[in-house]
Amino acid sequence: MKYVLMFTSDPSQAADVTQEQAQDVYGRIYGWFGEHAAVISDSGAELQPVETATTVRTGGVVVDGPFNEAKEVIGGFSVIEVPDMDAALAVARTWPGLELPGVAVEVRPMVVDYSQFE
Amino acid sequence: MSGADATLAAVAREETGRLVTALYRRFGDFDVAEEAVQGALLEAVTQWRRDGPPRNPAAWLTTAAQRNALDLLRGRGRRRQVTERLAATTEEAVPAADEAVGVDADDRLPLLFACAHPALAPEVRLALTLRAVMGLTTPQIARAFLVNESTLAQRIVRAKRKIVATGIDLRVPDDVDGRLPDVLAVVYLTYNEAYVASAGGSEDRDLGADAVWLAGVVARSLPRKAEAWGLSALLAVQHARAAARFTARGELVLLRDQDRSLWDRRAIDQAGKDLQRAAALRSPGPYQLQAAIAMCHAEAPSWSQTDWRQIATLYGLLTDIDPSPVVRLNASIALAQLGPGQAERALAEVEALGAHLAGYHLLHATRAELLRLLGRPAEAAAADRQALALTSNDAERRLLQTRLRRHPLTDGS
Repeated sequence: MKYVLMFTSDPSQAADVTQEQAQDVYGRIYGWFGEHAAVISDSGAELQPVETATTVRTGGVVVDGPFNEAKEVIGGFSVIEVPDMDAALAVARTWPGLELPGVAVEVRPMVVDYSQFE
Repeated sequence: MSGADATLAAVAREETGRLVTALYRRFGDFDVAEEAVQGALLEAVTQWRRDGPPRNPAAWLTTAAQRNALDLLRGRGRRRQVTERLAATTEEAVPAADEAVGVDADDRLPLLFACAHPALAPEVRLALTLRAVMGLTTPQIARAFLVNESTLAQRIVRAKRKIVATGIDLRVPDDVDGRLPDVLAVVYLTYNEAYVASAGGSEDRDLGADAVWLAGVVARSLPRKAEAWGLSALLAVQHARAAARFTARGELVLLRDQDRSLWDRRAIDQAGKDLQRAAALRSPGPYQLQAAIAMCHAEAPSWSQTDWRQIATLYGLLTDIDPSPVVRLNASIALAQLGPGQAERALAEVEALGAHLAGYHLLHATRAELLRLLGRPAEAAAADRQALALTSNDAERRLLQTRLRRHPLTDGS
């Protein structure tokens, strides 16, 4: 099954993180992609900070900011392909960013069966 | 319980988990497998009550569940290919459990791990387990938990959809130690619900006995896990006292007043053996400690001849692991039995817990007992009245009302 891992963080807690700590985790995130290369079917993307977000709402209205007012913001995503949910959770658990405060990984199955639209 | 209901209760408990697992393995769809078995159980309720139970109830249930699964798959258009492949399958595709199904007791365990999966909301894990593993029908679960049937049904549908959509497989996880607490919690909650509801609960299923049975299944499937044996011992010893917890008229009887000759000695001995088995694995935990405390009570000839020092010591260990307010409340009750000086200490501890448990009726009922023990009847009555205002359980209400009548008070006393 394919799952999207969404890497989120809470910018208000980012201030507690030292430069060294951030660099250390960042370095290991690079290694993480290598370790899990076999199950990563799309390495996805890392996003620019949330301040750069612009949202288009119903009716084409363009507004500054992210789509919701949650404290957590999405910082990037990757697609993995593993046999089942437990395997997906096991991969998500190893995300080095989880050592930092306010970081979370949301795991969502991808829609891959479009046969109902045939 | 009628003959048909009793047969169904026994067969449902024994066969449901196996059938759901077998149908899932065959058709690859958990929702279909579970719905098919639930449908068969509901058909059995009506038909067995009308015609009497069939000669081979397990085979009847298997046939009905399999037919339902095929119907469900045919009804779901987008599964055309599966359906075409299945069109050729015969009714014998899933053999009855008393023949060679290839599914033994341990095969219920993967199902249990899926139903207690941390990706599911905690409040739905119990309901799903009762349906998919234990074979309770949604109406039975709704009655036992006093919840609205359609709300419950919706919650179960959502949970099953999540299992299917997120690809939660039926398997024992690699990280058994990490996930076992969730499974044990579901089994424990099953008993807890039965314990609370036993005055008015579901009459066509003995949920307490079912929970004891399930705890045994888990322990035997994972014989190296001390806490699984600990939970099995705990539930067995609690259940062994069930007959003494209510009078014939349904009045709740507190432990101190119970007729101990009604306790099931054989079950208590067996629980003791399970607990020794757990202890031999040298991996202590909260269920083993609770079981040890319950065994102290079960082996005591009376309330006054209870080994309170041992119980207070065990509570000390339990509080170290689990310092939650409810555990500390129970610990304070044991402490109070150690002597008059200790009752003062216990009351102070209970008062200190008031901030956390102000809405918990047993905090006030315990305060009332301690205040009475210390000769302060007016405050005791006030505490009992607070407890009364906070519980909606009929049996507990009657007990508190009786206690208030037995200790009448005039103003200013």
